[in-house]
Amino acid sequence: SSTKKIKDFEICVPIAYGTISFWLGKKATETQSHVWTVYVRGATNEDLGAVIKKVVFQLHPSFSNARRVVESPPFELTERGWGEFEIAISIFFHDDVCDKQLDLFHPLKLYSEVEHGPLSTKKPVIVESYDEIVFPNPSDKFLARVHDHPSVIVPRLPPTMNLPHAPLEDNKRGNKRGDTKDHPHVQWFNKFSEADELLKLAEARQQVQNHIVKLRRRMSMLDNI
Amino acid sequence: MDAKDILGLPKHSLPIPQEKKSRPHKDSQRKPDGISREVYALTGGVAPLMPSVDVNQLKKRHQPENEKITWEWLSFTSSARKDDLKLYHWVRVVNGTPPTGDYQFAKYNKSVDVIKYTDEEYEKHLTDPVISRAILIARAPSPADVSSHPLVKEPYNITQEIERKRALSMVLSQTKHQERKDADAAQDAELAITLNASPEHMEKTTAPVETGSPSNIQAASGVAPLMSMADNAAAAAASLRSLRVYLRTYALDQMVQAASSSAGLRTIKRVEQFLQELKVNLKPKVPTKAVCAEHLELRKEILTLLNLQKLLQNKEEGSSYREGSYTETPDTPKRLQRGIDQDRTFVPDSVSFGAISTERVGKRDQKRKGPGREAPSSPAQSNKRPRKLKTTDSHQENRNQY
Repeated sequence: SSTKKIKDFEICVPIAYGTISFWLGKKATETQSHVWTVYVRGATNEDLGAVIKKVVFQLHPSFSNARRVVESPPFELTERGWGEFEIAISIFFHDDVCDKQLDLFHPLKLYSEVEHGPLSTKKPVIVESYDEIVFPNPSDKFLARVHDHPSVIVPRLPPTMNLPHAPLEDNKRGNKRGDTKDHPHVQWFNKFSEADELLKLAEARQQVQNHIVKLRRRMSMLDNI
Repeated sequence: MDAKDILGLPKHSLPIPQEKKSRPHKDSQRKPDGISREVYALTGGVAPLMPSVDVNQLKKRHQPENEKITWEWLSFTSSARKDDLKLYHWVRVVNGTPPTGDYQFAKYNKSVDVIKYTDEEYEKHLTDPVISRAILIARAPSPADVSSHPLVKEPYNITQEIERKRALSMVLSQTKHQERKDADAAQDAELAITLNASPEHMEKTTAPVETGSPSNIQAASGVAPLMSMADNAAAAAASLRSLRVYLRTYALDQMVQAASSSAGLRTIKRVEQFLQELKVNLKPKVPTKAVCAEHLELRKEILTLLNLQKLLQNKEEGSSYREGSYTETPDTPKRLQRGIDQDRTFVPDSVSFGAISTERVGKRDQKRKGPGREAPSSPAQSNKRPRKLKTTDSHQENRNQY
């Protein structure tokens, strides 16, 4: 890979994954009290299909055909049920991306852990996690294909490396959108801004550094006796 | 009555006259002897069916049937006494014959042989500093008799002893300059490693530490575990790079573990407590590359802070210990006053002179905005550390006990 010469050249794909569940209210039965969806989406709702080939969701064995394979974006699965359990999510990448799968786990939540009032059919219980898929040694082919794709974060390339614009959409999928920008549940999706966390961390570091300075001062005062 | 109601049984199972008869019978059963009714009720209201402690479980004196035991008031003597004083006590007599043998406590009468010498002996043998040995040898009938005595076996070598004590006091009471040099070198090495996990940089900072001073051995050994921490970080980063794909959270986890590799569980817990007090998530909610980097740096800085605090603690404790050294007269009160940092309130309680409470200081610093006086130490905290002040030394009787 030509990028091997560049130190720490990594391609990263920010994702959000989790579950969203709605109580069925009047339509609820004993075995199906909720309708829920488990999914992996781009953190900014971009189409992950350029990177991910398929996602396999492993459900509770009480579900028929518990191993559900989703071969095109949006990588999600909707089901009805009554119980909470842990879902195993396996992400498989395109051949030029990576031949190893990536495994995630997420507990399905049907009941809110913070709100203990009466159930509502309008307000879902949504639990999402943010993470980033990192490819530390991307192949040239992969890089060429996704270097300007919105779902992928690529470091600034040296000007000598002039890559062609990657084809935007994979026409095999026809008209089905891979992105989730207009997803029916998009209003519930978290926006995951790093700004707040960065600010908090910077403040904390400043405090710690100040404290260190104070201690070093005291140390030298002791020495000057 | 209610129970019978629930069960549906007739309320009066016996005709009235019969009840009357049975009740007084029950009453006499119920009435306890010797203890009040309420107390009796505490045990359940009825006499215990079985004794709570089986008498057979108690140890019984082994006394065969054929022996006749009497107790007699008899006199005795003790080999521990030089006179023939006869005292009296109760004695367990078996079959008419009293026990034989010495008084059982005589064996505890130990005495120490203190060497005494006459004026003549002093003149002859003891004007030499090596007093006791000389007199032992002089008094001994032959050299062979006394050669196993420890004083004779290892003769007191004054020059060697002077040298040894000099070296010891040098280590314990280094000049401030030397100490500062060593401490700074150690600190710089620590900080360089925790804040900059590159092995090349490590080599540069260890070089100045190699100056001659016995305490540098400490510094070097302090550096050694830190070197492995830098190695761990580099190894973790390398192993991540060798993967074809990984999650950012996984990478952060690996790097955090590598950074904390030299820290014990307690320190790691302290780091996490610190993070919580700083209102920082133990695991970032939005783990982007930048957030993870900042989070890792913060953890490393907290580790540095905790290490610094510990160093400072040891210094402040150590300086009080050194105040009454071999070569200096114990001029303790003034010295100790100087040792106390001006910023801090003096902790009057004797246990923790100069001690710092680690978490408390951190906490209070955040809450106070003004020129912070750091919190007084918590005695409970410092009790956990071994108290160096406790070491007794016959040379330092004058040193104030805090």
